[in-house]
Amino acid sequence: MSAGDVKHAGINLGATDQETHKQAEPDVFGFWIFLMSDAVIFALLFAVYGTMLGATAGGPTAASAYKIGPTFIETVILLTSSFTFGMASIAMKYGSRLRVLISWLAVTLILGLAFLSLELNDFATMIGNGASPTRSGFLSSFFALVPLHGLHVLAGCLWLVVMMVQVPLFGLDARVKINLLRLGLFWHFLDIVWIAIFSVVYLQGLIR
Amino acid sequence: MTAMRNDKRREIQTYAIGLMLALAATGAAFALVHWPSFPARTTLGLVFGLALMQMIVHFQCFLHISLNRSSRDDLLLILFSTLIIIMMVAGTIVIMANLHSRMM
Repeated sequence: MSAGDVKHAGINLGATDQETHKQAEPDVFGFWIFLMSDAVIFALLFAVYGTMLGATAGGPTAASAYKIGPTFIETVILLTSSFTFGMASIAMKYGSRLRVLISWLAVTLILGLAFLSLELNDFATMIGNGASPTRSGFLSSFFALVPLHGLHVLAGCLWLVVMMVQVPLFGLDARVKINLLRLGLFWHFLDIVWIAIFSVVYLQGLIR
Repeated sequence: MTAMRNDKRREIQTYAIGLMLALAATGAAFALVHWPSFPARTTLGLVFGLALMQMIVHFQCFLHISLNRSSRDDLLLILFSTLIIIMMVAGTIVIMANLHSRMM
């Protein structure tokens, strides 16, 4: 077992903290199983959305309800937040000052909140234009799928706040480090789900 | 200590490369839809292809999972979940499309 071996998904602590690295393997793997079952839930909602594409009941269609501009901005924000969380993971792994780690977490949190407020604004505009979840089967399936991702991002933001309290309070002990590893997986996983959402939902709906 | 600094620089590079590739794929997909230059069906195929590519980039650069480096269990779990997802999604769409055409 060398110091650099890869034991689990996400960034591995091997070279810098052997002890936590060993502890992290079962914990992170368990969380990975949760993420995969979450992926199955999203996949089924995508399948429902796919079967509901034509069920607009004379109401708004994908092409009339979606807007490409805000979706693009949301996508870039979420992508950047994945990168800033990566920088936080690196700050944690290589023992940078806590201030550096907390700043990267704070940047990620701000980007997450910016994403959420833009998304809420989108939903409000859609509902204001008569594209509410009760209008058609198509819109029901849209509002089952996309806001579920938003709820996950909200949970991620709350988790970020908890970590920004835990890091200064407990310092970087094994427990806090493993929590950060799990939050990292969660955050990057949400970004992957968003790729599927902007491609399958928004871009597919907007193709002319 | 220098070895560790090199490791750190390499890992930052991995994240930066991941971000660049992801931004490029996203930008390309949105541009294809915003300025249509192919038939709709081709555009859809390209958008889905870019999405798949971007997912692989995310798995590799952000989640550090790749075919040769990753621990077996993680990869097996991903492949198993993918199998389940393909069966359930493809099954749902086939059955519902079939039902739809029979109800017409």
